[in-house]
Amino acid sequence: MLLENMFTDDNLVWMDGQGHDNDIVLSSQVRLARNFKEIPFPNRASVTQLTEAKMRILNITSDFSNITKENYTSIDMDKLTNLQKNVLVEKHIISSNFLKNTEARTLIISINSDIAIMLNEDDHLRIQCMQSGLDIKKALEKAFIIDDAVEKKYDMAFDDAMGYLTACPTNLGTGLRASVILHLPGLVATNQVGKIINVSPQLGLAVRGLFGNTAHGHLFQISNQLSLGFEENELVDNLTHTVEEIVSHEREARKALLSYAEEKVCDQAWRALGVLKYARSLSDKELLQLASNVRLGIDEKIITGINENVFNKLIIAGRTNYLTNLQDKESMSQREVDKIRADVTRRIIASSSVKE
Amino acid sequence: MLCDNCKKNEACIHITQINGNKKIDRYLCEDCAANYGEFIMQENSEDQPEVFSINDFLSGIFHNTPQAEETAEPVKSEEYTCPACGMTYMDFTRSGKIGCSKCYDTFRSKLEPLLRRIHGASKHNGKIPQRAGKMLNIQQELALLRKQIQEYITKEEYEKAAQVRDCIRRLENDIESKE
Repeated sequence: MLLENMFTDDNLVWMDGQGHDNDIVLSSQVRLARNFKEIPFPNRASVTQLTEAKMRILNITSDFSNITKENYTSIDMDKLTNLQKNVLVEKHIISSNFLKNTEARTLIISINSDIAIMLNEDDHLRIQCMQSGLDIKKALEKAFIIDDAVEKKYDMAFDDAMGYLTACPTNLGTGLRASVILHLPGLVATNQVGKIINVSPQLGLAVRGLFGNTAHGHLFQISNQLSLGFEENELVDNLTHTVEEIVSHEREARKALLSYAEEKVCDQAWRALGVLKYARSLSDKELLQLASNVRLGIDEKIITGINENVFNKLIIAGRTNYLTNLQDKESMSQREVDKIRADVTRRIIASSSVKE
Repeated sequence: MLCDNCKKNEACIHITQINGNKKIDRYLCEDCAANYGEFIMQENSEDQPEVFSINDFLSGIFHNTPQAEETAEPVKSEEYTCPACGMTYMDFTRSGKIGCSKCYDTFRSKLEPLLRRIHGASKHNGKIPQRAGKMLNIQQELALLRKQIQEYITKEEYEKAAQVRDCIRRLENDIESKE
């Protein structure tokens, strides 16, 4: 992915619909929080100190390219427009927290956008690695490669008892936050998502809707809450096993749904596809809902002739900032955005159709 | 034109909402406009992490720790200033964020109960950096032993002190050989 495409592409390598359990798991992500030993954490550091932390990493970026065989670009946050920054947030490449201050805040991102390093967010380094499908282990491996390369050159803030030291005590220890994005229309339709949300804290995990509390598009994000006292692999295994469990429940829920209400599921899927194909105005919530219905239809072989990847693309392309940025405008009214959203949707559906 | 929300009735009310530098236009029917309050709630609910962050929550936990410690605190609170970054214990209770790696040493005794509450543990068990890790281990043990030896000497338990001294020598040799 080239820099200029970063804000306009509707495709992300780690959202390409491939990987394990790709009918339910969209992507896996691992984030490591790291700090340099001698420099105060970003919330207490001066601009000179922040720049020092930034330069340390920029100096070894070529090491990253050598080890991972990928090229990296660095983007200074103060050089981007607000809209561009928000597009990166929508694409889950940076956190909204990263935008609060722009001084010496830099993003280092691999050409494939599967490795992104935020410099001077809450911590000096936030190493994020993404992988499509359920493959947290792979994402962790990539994160460790980057982490090792940094450790080789610099002393990191580390304490034998408390592990990696972080600005927020909730990340202390491993500094690891692993998360997975899941599409759970079956569990939502059978009213079972609540059970999973209730049980997850007991497993040290948190489940939340990907887009706000109402979980538009039946998309959920599940992540580990604990970071201290466990090995990284334990944390990742725990999350992986829980996700596998959720995936098997989702499959059963879909099976049940199809045996009791096949006509309804069928009708909803085709109806949703019809609206997406022909609508001239779509709100973001409506798009997510309909795209989810279509994806369920594709997964259950009700709808054929459309690439399942269309759902992933619509999730990225349906976001308001992304659409506004496409038009090269500073801001647009909701009506304008809804119209563009429908245009883009029609284009994506047309390009994802497979000739039978 | 149809209502933005229900897409069924004719829109007869135009609402412009200005939220920071974001402008939102809505064309609503009478029924949906009546329920507009709920819309605003929905918009806000997506921003909720901004309004209420984990750090606010942490600082809350600190303020709500009713313990006998607090009576002893005013005398001690002077000590709780990090020598490296100047963060005070009060700063931490306010922001819920730690200032630098030294702070963890400075506030260790205060932080440990909190860590147990957040993580259920206060001992790291994962990856160790190759550079800092091993040396750090020995150095910490040394610091501990030096403290111990002082205690034994003041208590005049010289036999135990001698044992500890031997330990310290062995560790110091280890470090030298590694360097």
